[in-house]
Amino acid sequence: MIEVTNLHKSFDDNEVLKGVSATFEKGDTSMIIGASGSGKTVLLKCLVGLFLPDEGEISYDGRPYSKMSTKDKRGLRKEIGMVFQGGALFDSQTIEDNIMFPLKMFTDQTKEEMLERVNFVLHRVNLENVNKKYPAEISGGMQKRVSIARAIVMKPKYLFCDEPNSGLDPQTAMVIDNLIQEITDEYQIITIINSHDMNSVMEIGEKIIFLKEGLKAWEGNYKTIFKTDNKAVTDFVYSSDLFKKIRETYNK
Amino acid sequence: MNYLRNIGKYFLMLGQVFRKPQKGSIFWECLFNEIEELGIKSMGIVVFISFFVGGVVAIQTGLNVDNPLIPKYLIGFATKRSIILEFAPTFMSVILAGKVGSYISSTIGTMRVTEQIDALEVMGVNTLNYLVLPKIISSVFFYPFIILLAMIIGIFGGWISGFATGLFTSDDYITGIREDFKPYFITYSLIKTMVFAFIIATVPSFYGYYVKGGSIEVGKASTLAVVWTSVVIILLNYFLTQMLLG
Repeated sequence: MIEVTNLHKSFDDNEVLKGVSATFEKGDTSMIIGASGSGKTVLLKCLVGLFLPDEGEISYDGRPYSKMSTKDKRGLRKEIGMVFQGGALFDSQTIEDNIMFPLKMFTDQTKEEMLERVNFVLHRVNLENVNKKYPAEISGGMQKRVSIARAIVMKPKYLFCDEPNSGLDPQTAMVIDNLIQEITDEYQIITIINSHDMNSVMEIGEKIIFLKEGLKAWEGNYKTIFKTDNKAVTDFVYSSDLFKKIRETYNK
Repeated sequence: MNYLRNIGKYFLMLGQVFRKPQKGSIFWECLFNEIEELGIKSMGIVVFISFFVGGVVAIQTGLNVDNPLIPKYLIGFATKRSIILEFAPTFMSVILAGKVGSYISSTIGTMRVTEQIDALEVMGVNTLNYLVLPKIISSVFFYPFIILLAMIIGIFGGWISGFATGLFTSDDYITGIREDFKPYFITYSLIKTMVFAFIIATVPSFYGYYVKGGSIEVGKASTLAVVWTSVVIILLNYFLTQMLLG
């Protein structure tokens, strides 16, 4: 379980997170939603250790981050996988080298063992015959899948995804959503997704946290989000007529 | 105030760079890649510029030495001194600051704005050590060879220009090269080169690593990196010349 307690984060005079608390359970696909500037990305970057919170605590399976030694923090990093919004693949390396990089850096596996693991995760994300291609030679959807493959190659306990569907067509976005959910169920990991995509939220949001102006304004799941009368959530989620109609139909 | 902040940040960056590499095999792989990217791929332009500048120095000296009392071998002597003391270490370093400096700042800057550096951080990689240390080591230890090559090609270019223009004879030129040869000048030149190589690797890395924004900011960072690397080289050249020759 990841436990976030009273998290504060400011940049100069701008307080982005104003005391966020939340818990994320093993085997759940949790989603953080909210308008632009609500603090979603900053929260996610605090969770993966890219930003240090000014106040508050993040606990990973009972291990408070602020009390970890440098060695423990380094160990924790190996338990984290992250899918970045733009993929963040190393464009000077082939797909195979991209996925192999964490194995090369942090394990003593032989080349054959690493290659076997690379091929396994590529197969897991439904990609074949792309080993020797460069990121620029494959489509955006494939890049996202490679990014997921790289994120899970070290068998992480925690998977973080920043807008995994941005820039993808609806069909590919659904493939990515389903893939993330399958991986979460299969490996019983904690998955936290930062998303704007309401389709994803409704499809795979086993836990949904709605952020507004740096505070948690609502918490629920893909079922309760249809029934909530929290104005901030309804204004954000049901801003389009289509979603309003879906909600009405669901509630009937 | 901003300058002071940046100077402090630069030295803090160096503190992170000079750590033990996390994985020896990856460090060596990166080091050889950098030797190729920063060193071997710069040799063509170094050879080209050295040859023609060496030729121009010899022609200019030849054209300005029109007093019959001044021996012709002084053309070779002046060309040799100009090339060894200043042209090869300083002028070449400024050229490399442009070529290599913009490459370093734009590649690291692009990695920053496309979140590739964040991806490495999340994995637990010491990104400054991983990205910058191989660049420093490859530059500091490989550039002296490039500068030695620049000296040889520059002096050779001067010799060829004698044939092309008829301003001096081969014998005069070779006598001038041999005249009053001081090996310490080569040492002085190589010491300067190693210092400049360190600057060429670190200042652009600093501008690339801390860039914020998108492609326009990466472009601006590259320009700033080249400008500041050149400024620092010229200033250090002034002090090093006084310290080592004064």
